[in-house]
Amino acid sequence: MTEEKIKQHTRQVLKSFSKKKGNLIPILQRVQGRLGYLPREAMLEVAEFLGLPPIHVYGVVTFYNQFRLNPPGKHSVRVCLGTACHMKGGYITLDAWKRRLSIGAGETTTDREFDLDTVACVGCCVMAPVTVLDEKPMGKVDPTKVDGLLLAFEREREGKKKQ
Amino acid sequence: MMKTVSLTIDDKQIETQAGNTLLWAALDNGIYIPNLCSLRHAAAPAASCRLCWVEVEGKAQPVTACTEIAAEGMVANTRGTQALRLARNGFELLMASHPIECARCAALHVCELLKIAGHLNVKLNKNPYRKLVHHLPIDSSNPLFNYDPNKCVVCGRCVSICRERGTGVLGFAHRGFDRRATTFYDELIGDSACEQCGECVRACPSGALTFKVSVNV
Repeated sequence: MTEEKIKQHTRQVLKSFSKKKGNLIPILQRVQGRLGYLPREAMLEVAEFLGLPPIHVYGVVTFYNQFRLNPPGKHSVRVCLGTACHMKGGYITLDAWKRRLSIGAGETTTDREFDLDTVACVGCCVMAPVTVLDEKPMGKVDPTKVDGLLLAFEREREGKKKQ
Repeated sequence: MMKTVSLTIDDKQIETQAGNTLLWAALDNGIYIPNLCSLRHAAAPAASCRLCWVEVEGKAQPVTACTEIAAEGMVANTRGTQALRLARNGFELLMASHPIECARCAALHVCELLKIAGHLNVKLNKNPYRKLVHHLPIDSSNPLFNYDPNKCVVCGRCVSICRERGTGVLGFAHRGFDRRATTFYDELIGDSACEQCGECVRACPSGALTFKVSVNV
């Protein structure tokens, strides 16, 4: 998406809000709902609209987990780092994902296939360590299973190409 | 004429404007209480550094001087054992994530952390807490000063003064242990709208912001 497009979308959202500082979070939520993430230009636009220093908007965006600075990938990978998953080596699973996808937590692969992030407990600790793949919780995800899951995605993609 | 109240801090009779907090009453009268996060003109005290503990007669537990309004006839003690224990603990926790490299630090002679360590009699190389430091790159993009985010104690002095007298490019971002003073999108200060007034450097108590060439502060 071009800078101009981003600005247009953001301005569209801003039309339905008053210039009250308390509107910051609802505005950011709506902008993210439209764009999928919060690009630099969108944040600058919102800051100007509310008369806030841009760093203030950035501070709020980086504070709340619900806001993302990178465009979402086609598939979302959420590695659980809750207490049970931590004890079962969730951080090792996270390292495996990072290594295989060559990105850090909160980032998206350059081909926009995967985005990686952490989550604090998804409520199925029996399956620890858990990775939530596109809303679907996968249990006992060790580095070998990470490779397996990625292989499955690759197969799926190849299958689609053949068709 | 503003109304004044008289009170006793460390056996010293002092007078201060009504509505002043205990912390500013003491500091204005030459009694030092360790503090980092308190800003004189702030609407409400942040009360987040947990260093300015004092004991007030009639109160069972120590209180933070920055949140306690000075009252007529109040008797406060800044050197009570309970208060000092709390302050030392808070300071040691703070220093557990501050790199100790004083000999190489440009802020050696103006460092407020060293002043506090001396006041509380805390040995910086004998911290009981596990060392947990950041490994962030030093920002030397600004021609006037350097910013070492690893040394930031998140007191907010630079952020406040930048909004008041500077361009307002500094602010807090990120969460938890990663929270630090930074610029929009974590860009280099040299690339931001900073006009190099240097107020943030003069306000910094921890050596995170230091002038490139030593100037008279």
